[in-house]
Amino acid sequence: MSLAHITSEPLITGPQSYTKITDSLSQPLERRAGKWWWLGFFISSCGLLLGIVMVTYTIMTGIGVWGLDRSVGWGFAITNFVFWVGIGHAGTLISAILLLLRQRWRTSIARSAEAMTIFAVMCAGIFPIIHMGRPWLAYWMLPYPNSRGSLWVNFRSPLLWDVFAISTYFIISLLFWYVGMIPDFATLRDRAGGWRRKLYTRLSFGWNGSTINWRRYDKACLILAGLATPLVVSVHSIVSFDFATSVIPGWHTTIFPPYFVAGAIFSGFAMVATLLIIARKVMHLESYITAKHLDNMAKVLLLTGMLVGLAYTTELFLAWYSGNPYERFTFLNRAFGPYAWAYWLMFSCNVFVPQLFWFKRIRRNLGVLFVATLLINVGMWFERFNIVVTSLHRDFLPASWSFYTPSFVEVGILLGSFGLFFTCFMLFVRFAPVVAIHEVKHTLQEQREEGHHGVS
Amino acid sequence: MGSARTRYVHGVVFDDPDTTLVAVRALRAKGYVLDDVHTPFPVHGMPQALGLKDTRLAYGSLIGGTIGLALAVWFQIWSHASDWPLVVGGKSMSAIPAIIPVSFEATVLLAGIATVGTLLAACRLLPRGKEPASLPHGRVTSDRFVVLVAEEDGSFLGPEFTALCEELGSVEILQSWRTS
Repeated sequence: MSLAHITSEPLITGPQSYTKITDSLSQPLERRAGKWWWLGFFISSCGLLLGIVMVTYTIMTGIGVWGLDRSVGWGFAITNFVFWVGIGHAGTLISAILLLLRQRWRTSIARSAEAMTIFAVMCAGIFPIIHMGRPWLAYWMLPYPNSRGSLWVNFRSPLLWDVFAISTYFIISLLFWYVGMIPDFATLRDRAGGWRRKLYTRLSFGWNGSTINWRRYDKACLILAGLATPLVVSVHSIVSFDFATSVIPGWHTTIFPPYFVAGAIFSGFAMVATLLIIARKVMHLESYITAKHLDNMAKVLLLTGMLVGLAYTTELFLAWYSGNPYERFTFLNRAFGPYAWAYWLMFSCNVFVPQLFWFKRIRRNLGVLFVATLLINVGMWFERFNIVVTSLHRDFLPASWSFYTPSFVEVGILLGSFGLFFTCFMLFVRFAPVVAIHEVKHTLQEQREEGHHGVS
Repeated sequence: MGSARTRYVHGVVFDDPDTTLVAVRALRAKGYVLDDVHTPFPVHGMPQALGLKDTRLAYGSLIGGTIGLALAVWFQIWSHASDWPLVVGGKSMSAIPAIIPVSFEATVLLAGIATVGTLLAACRLLPRGKEPASLPHGRVTSDRFVVLVAEEDGSFLGPEFTALCEELGSVEILQSWRTS
């Protein structure tokens, strides 16, 4: 127990006891849904419905209904794919990497961050599949024995690495998330009656809180965290290989893997902060998701924002330093060409906005923090847009230069992906504990041992 | 029907993790046989206080990971260099760097699935419709800590044991909660 721990701010505030933690974290699920929940659910499901309609239209007609042209073959779809995969990464960072680093402030926010990972990866997965044009043949991406030889998939293609990386990431995140919820489902089971008791009995797998099981459980979580940590780094590195292994100026750079991973953590943390600022208010979780948690997240945003800024400037420097005219042109075109507004929007949102977080008063000001995280989300979406579109729209042959604009179908599918994400998140906050009940109790015990005695 | 060897298990209920830990150590020091302790969260030091050996769960992960790695390396080299030899970019047909990403992902995937599979199998966790019979107290998943004390001859059903538990801070005693 270091001095830093004793003097640090408590992570769980107010008069506390184990009983109170169970009550206040279970009650939001036991009450009837409030009007804010229904409003949120209604808006998100409208978005989801729009997305379903637009995806159906795309599949029935073909991707000609999108705004893609002869030079921009990867428009909104791939931008959205990279954006959503990136959003997911903060969940794994919080649940796995911060677990290994013994950052206790992660306990209150880990569960919702992991849920966010699952839903974001679901959103991400849709885009490459519909972008194929013939999504009913998506199983061709898997190496299965077939009547063509067998003709195997090309294991040397980064696009195939992506298939393995994203599906592994989804499965491991899902397992980690579910295993984390088993004891909490048991808590809910033992409080509930009626159909909810039946539901949680099934979901909790017969958990009984035995120490023999807890010991295995702790070990399993530690191993999963150890596996997820290199996994999360590998996933966005592999996503960046989709670009970096090509020979397109603006894509063909060795900086991409670390740049993408930093950007992913940056955008994901912004999304977690956005969601939690709303959730703590609506669900009255202020004692568990405290100003301290948001303060820490703002610090991570400041750090990763500067890493992203470093990557942007390194790219610019190397474009000049390389002496390669195509490389130089691409970056000049990004900064001063027809999409300059998108470039500078990205730069301001991702590099300048986080600089506000040098000040504690701003880190603790929820209103400013909320707006800043929204801006960062916008900025990070435009980062992917810049990488994808501005590297392609003016290629080696000026005769094929174009100006890509998305069609309403692409915009509809983007909105639909947000609809899917928020619909899933809304259902999650109704049926599963948003804050990990057993982990918070553990944190309370440690906090008490270190002298932050709540009056109980 | 070994009626001569009926084993009684009593549940001693506490409401605080630290009190429970002290009680577990005290009961074991006095020679009582403790089967298990049910707690709402993993209490630090409890497995050691109970004298549990370290779990061998990690072997499950190791086996899963090894299978994943071996399978991925073999399949990629076999399919690209042997079953359908294909030159891509003039590289060697069994070039190692190109197969690293998929091999890594497969290792992690199978290690993770094996970890969770081992956990569920070892703890007998399944999505059953029935509530667990092994749950000693309805609040053990909320705010109660239950120490399971076993005995074989009914020798401490009397007031002495009760007094000891009360002295250690227990809030309730589940007499002969389970017999086996």
